[in-house]
Amino acid sequence: MMSYIARRLLILPVILFGVSLLVFSMLMLIGPYKRLSTYIKSPAELKTANLDTLVDKYGLNDPFYVQYSRWIKGVLQGDFGWSETAGQPVSKAILSRFPATLELALLALIPVIMGGINLGVFSAVHHNDPWDHITRVFSIVGWSIPTFVFGLVVLMIFYGVLGWFPPGRLSVWAEDIIRSGEFIQYTHLNVIDGLLNGNLRVVGDALRHLIAPVISISILWWAYILRITRSSMLETLRKDYIRTARSKGVKEKLVIKKHARKNALIPVVTVAGFMVLGLLGGLVITETIFGYQGLGKFFASAASQLDYAAVLGLALYFGFLLIIINLCVDVSYAIIDPRIRLE
Amino acid sequence: MEWQEVLLKLIKNKISLFGIGIIIFFVIISISAPWLAPPADPDDPYMIPRAGWSIQPKPPSEDHIFGTSEGQYDIFYGIIWGARTAFRVGLIVVGISTLIGILIGTIAGFYGGVIDEILMRITDVFLSMPFLVAAIVLTTILGKGLDNVMIALVTFGWMGTARLMRSQVLEIKAEEFIQAAEALGANDIRIIMKHVILNTIFPVVINASMRMGSIVITASSLSFLGVGAPTGYADWGQMISFSRNWILGSQGNALQFWYTVLIPGLAITFFCLSWNLVGDAFRDILDPKLQN
Repeated sequence: MMSYIARRLLILPVILFGVSLLVFSMLMLIGPYKRLSTYIKSPAELKTANLDTLVDKYGLNDPFYVQYSRWIKGVLQGDFGWSETAGQPVSKAILSRFPATLELALLALIPVIMGGINLGVFSAVHHNDPWDHITRVFSIVGWSIPTFVFGLVVLMIFYGVLGWFPPGRLSVWAEDIIRSGEFIQYTHLNVIDGLLNGNLRVVGDALRHLIAPVISISILWWAYILRITRSSMLETLRKDYIRTARSKGVKEKLVIKKHARKNALIPVVTVAGFMVLGLLGGLVITETIFGYQGLGKFFASAASQLDYAAVLGLALYFGFLLIIINLCVDVSYAIIDPRIRLE
Repeated sequence: MEWQEVLLKLIKNKISLFGIGIIIFFVIISISAPWLAPPADPDDPYMIPRAGWSIQPKPPSEDHIFGTSEGQYDIFYGIIWGARTAFRVGLIVVGISTLIGILIGTIAGFYGGVIDEILMRITDVFLSMPFLVAAIVLTTILGKGLDNVMIALVTFGWMGTARLMRSQVLEIKAEEFIQAAEALGANDIRIIMKHVILNTIFPVVINASMRMGSIVITASSLSFLGVGAPTGYADWGQMISFSRNWILGSQGNALQFWYTVLIPGLAITFFCLSWNLVGDAFRDILDPKLQN
């Protein structure tokens, strides 16, 4: 297992370098004058100096590798340029919006994983009977509805008609509470901060705003995890050791729970990385629909306003995040799967 | 399994037959678009005609059977020509990206060694960005327009096929008939074209059919976010973005503008559903582990 993990760690810098090169190549597709925004420290610079001087100052007509090495030095120091959309440096804008997105993503993972796995096992156990067909139809329909259609319908019904789940991240009064001096923001995750401060009203309000985006984002991945779990469970149920357990007289419930489910879940872990990839994409849509002030909404509005500095900074940030998550997934996979662990 | 046998099973399976039916329905709509919704300007049929300049959508009526969207774009016209857009984007993007994937996967798997290592690390790099995010970045940089959307989707859409093809090639390379061909002195290109690709292509084709749905969803997501198709272009994603400001209806009548989101929403959902149903049935038929 150590050699597997060591290999992964050795590749890591190569991938990081590759991603930075990819993002920089996209940046170079933009003309030098438009590219300026990704270099300047504040918009005041654009007013004081002539554009040509600035292009010269940042060396935007230099050869590719010279510009790349200069750019990457800045990036490593956390300098991604000035975001017009946010009205602040890109790195600052990203850091201040990250907790909101993290909170949404973490909350979405719970129903996705729990619901998807349980439904998948359920469907496999009832292989080919009506329950199986119902869950499969549900899964394939869920997989086919675009997030932006489903999200808008959820908004229409749960906010427009029923008035239950308002858009945004917090109500105004709750916003006032968390900004007041008495409320300490330990993590900037409103639900957890609310609990730590013992303020259940804030917790309730935060959850109320989170439910609709969580529903919209999870349906797709629910369907996906269900599908993977089902086929892996079906395969496991045909294995010899399951037959052995059954013929020993072990109760069916125990066979499923103790023998089959654990082993069937190993392939589900491998797709977790792919799922996080899709979740990050889905967040862009969901946050935009529900006016939830996180990284996804920031990214979408930056893209539609051609705020290159923010778009590229976020792309790099998302890429970096994904590489780290994938590394964790691979390592945990190696720990879970005895075939790799004992190698 | 021979492809005739697979096709027969696809038609016998009720679920996939339903999927094939929907696909045929959309094909008919796209072909007969000029008759179903005659364009005002035959040179530019993809621009949706406007029935006025008022902002508020109007409900279905005799003149506009599906109603009009924000800015008085005719929803029926947009749905009909949007089907063509969906097929065009889906087929072109899936086609080209699959070809690129086959090429890279085959070279990596067949030659192995350093070439394999380099190609697969490049694949890893491209996979390190969420598909939707990467597509948005490239479209933003290249500028609005359907051609640029397609370029972006192809650029970041070939990696899955490449990985699949590589593992297929690795499997078949060990087979005796490849060694026999090598021993007989066949050159690499002949072996790849004649023996390797022909014997590995099937799962790749299935994978391609299953990607149609997700590619069309991603393309329309870009239009929905306002970085894809130009304003007024017949594209389902954009028609849904027209509904965003009206989603909450008016005081006391929350569902007043239901048609602006539900009609294009159903069109795109059924389009993707049909491809997914066929792909799903494909997978069941070909997965020997699921056979009883």
